[in-house]
Amino acid sequence: MIHDRYQLAFKLYPYERSTDQDAATPVRHPVVVMGGGPIGVATALDLGLQGIPVVVLDDHEGIGQGSRAICFAKRSLEIADRYGCGQPMLDKGVVWNLGKVFHDDRKVFEFNLLPEEGHKFPAFINLQQPYFERFIVERVREAQAAGAPIELRGKNRVDNVTVHDDHVTLEITTPDGPYTIEADWLIGCDGASSPLRGMMGLDFEGRVFEDSFLIADIKMVNDDFPTERWFWFEPYFKSGASTLLHKQPDGVWRVDFQIGWDVDRKKELQEENVRARLDAMLGDVEYEIVWTSIYTFQCRRMKKFRHGRVIFAGDAAHQVSPFGARGANSGMQDVDNLGWKLGMVIDGKAPDSLLDSYDWERIHGADENILNSTRSTDFITPKSKVSHMFRNAVLDLAEQYEFARPLVNSGRLSVPCVYDGGPLNGPDALPGGPARTRVGSPCPDAPLKGGFLLDHLGGTFTLLTIDAEAPDALEEAGVPVTRLALSASDDASGALAERYLGEAKSGVYLIRPDQHVATRWENFDETATGAALRRAIGLE
Amino acid sequence: MADLTLTPNLDRPDDFYAALIAAHDGLSDDESAALNARLILILANQIGNIDVLNAALQAAAKPAEEATA
Repeated sequence: MIHDRYQLAFKLYPYERSTDQDAATPVRHPVVVMGGGPIGVATALDLGLQGIPVVVLDDHEGIGQGSRAICFAKRSLEIADRYGCGQPMLDKGVVWNLGKVFHDDRKVFEFNLLPEEGHKFPAFINLQQPYFERFIVERVREAQAAGAPIELRGKNRVDNVTVHDDHVTLEITTPDGPYTIEADWLIGCDGASSPLRGMMGLDFEGRVFEDSFLIADIKMVNDDFPTERWFWFEPYFKSGASTLLHKQPDGVWRVDFQIGWDVDRKKELQEENVRARLDAMLGDVEYEIVWTSIYTFQCRRMKKFRHGRVIFAGDAAHQVSPFGARGANSGMQDVDNLGWKLGMVIDGKAPDSLLDSYDWERIHGADENILNSTRSTDFITPKSKVSHMFRNAVLDLAEQYEFARPLVNSGRLSVPCVYDGGPLNGPDALPGGPARTRVGSPCPDAPLKGGFLLDHLGGTFTLLTIDAEAPDALEEAGVPVTRLALSASDDASGALAERYLGEAKSGVYLIRPDQHVATRWENFDETATGAALRRAIGLE
Repeated sequence: MADLTLTPNLDRPDDFYAALIAAHDGLSDDESAALNARLILILANQIGNIDVLNAALQAAAKPAEEATA
């Protein structure tokens, strides 16, 4: 039997009997994804849109309740947009720019994210995770209707895996009993407590950091709070060591109370105890509790994300503290990084070793996220008397003097990882080129006539030329490269030139299918472009 | 005359703060206080100018609550 471990917000992939269950011998699939959360379904969408058959297995029939990840960063929206589901997220999400930081009963300072002009997507939206997942699943349904070979199998619980050199065997339990399938590649997107990791005897490494958050989604009867991020250090209302208040769609507010590691979960989740914390914080305000949960976290990662034919992504591979919104957002970057590489390997266009660069690049990303979120955690919950003294000195000085504000760390908000020094990087040969578009960077957006730059990048290799000559089509090692020919004058605002030329007069960028810069030069050179492309697909 | 800088001037604030806290790892309260004293004297020597140092002493003298009361 398969029991539900949680209640569903949306039932989106009800159990249906598959013909695989009646097959005499186990059916082999090119790719099987374990876990139907945002990372697993996005992985299936990326591969399916490339025409690669993929089966997603999940032990539930849809999306769990609760706001959970809540903050989605620009890069995640850009990735979702490449898959065709960024716009509904933006339409539904709440955009915020103003943040206020409090210590005890005093406002320390406020900050404005001051969004840069000329991007299709804002720095952040707040959106309950079930919506984020639903928009991805809805896009899968649309892609399926157009022929994308994606299957979502609900109430399919993987109970055992056997890993071979060239495939994986999966034993699955369903409401109709067990069956077995095989996969050329198995992608583990089965979350922080990843059963797959356990079945393979793999575990996390690194710093274990323990704390708990009591999370409450509430609806206030008289809702006149502004759309701002409010963060308290050691709040006067004593409802937690720190408290975060954030607005979400549907008039729902998210409150996070940091309540320490050693807590009685059942007792803390009793409504009267949740209300006691909320009442102390909100005063005489009427509200309805929509959802509550206790969340614990650890900052650590697997030593390697790739284990032969099994590849881990998202929370299954790495975990961070919630400060900075670096969990789901880094998982989306995993998907972005893995999709095109696995696609090219399966299509025989790139060697198997290209997948080792997924390991290098995403471990680089995970380490950056773990470093930042660990530092935020240390600032928010100082672990020694002297650390606490410095923290409070920073907060005290920040109220009076601007210099101390950059030291206040209530979370360093997720920005996409730059693959500096990565194994696929070609030369950075654009003298005077901006640092933000250096080799390894994700391409920043820029406005173009009738749209945005990122609308034209991704999915394939692109040669972006700005005021430079180059052939309109290229091919190297059987991989086509499409040219995007632009001029600095295509963007009257000057953002394109500022972001891609800097002091240079012209620029030629080779851009990967995940919109990261593979290499850049001042002028086109066919031999150099060919060599850079071969390097970017793991041939050199 | 040199002025006290009270606008952001640290190259990499998070790296500095992490290094500062790490320097105190494993120290007793007295050892930490002594480390802080040595550090202040080293940084004061780096600054050098007595007007700047006097302005810094004054800026640090009162917590925000009293300074803004």
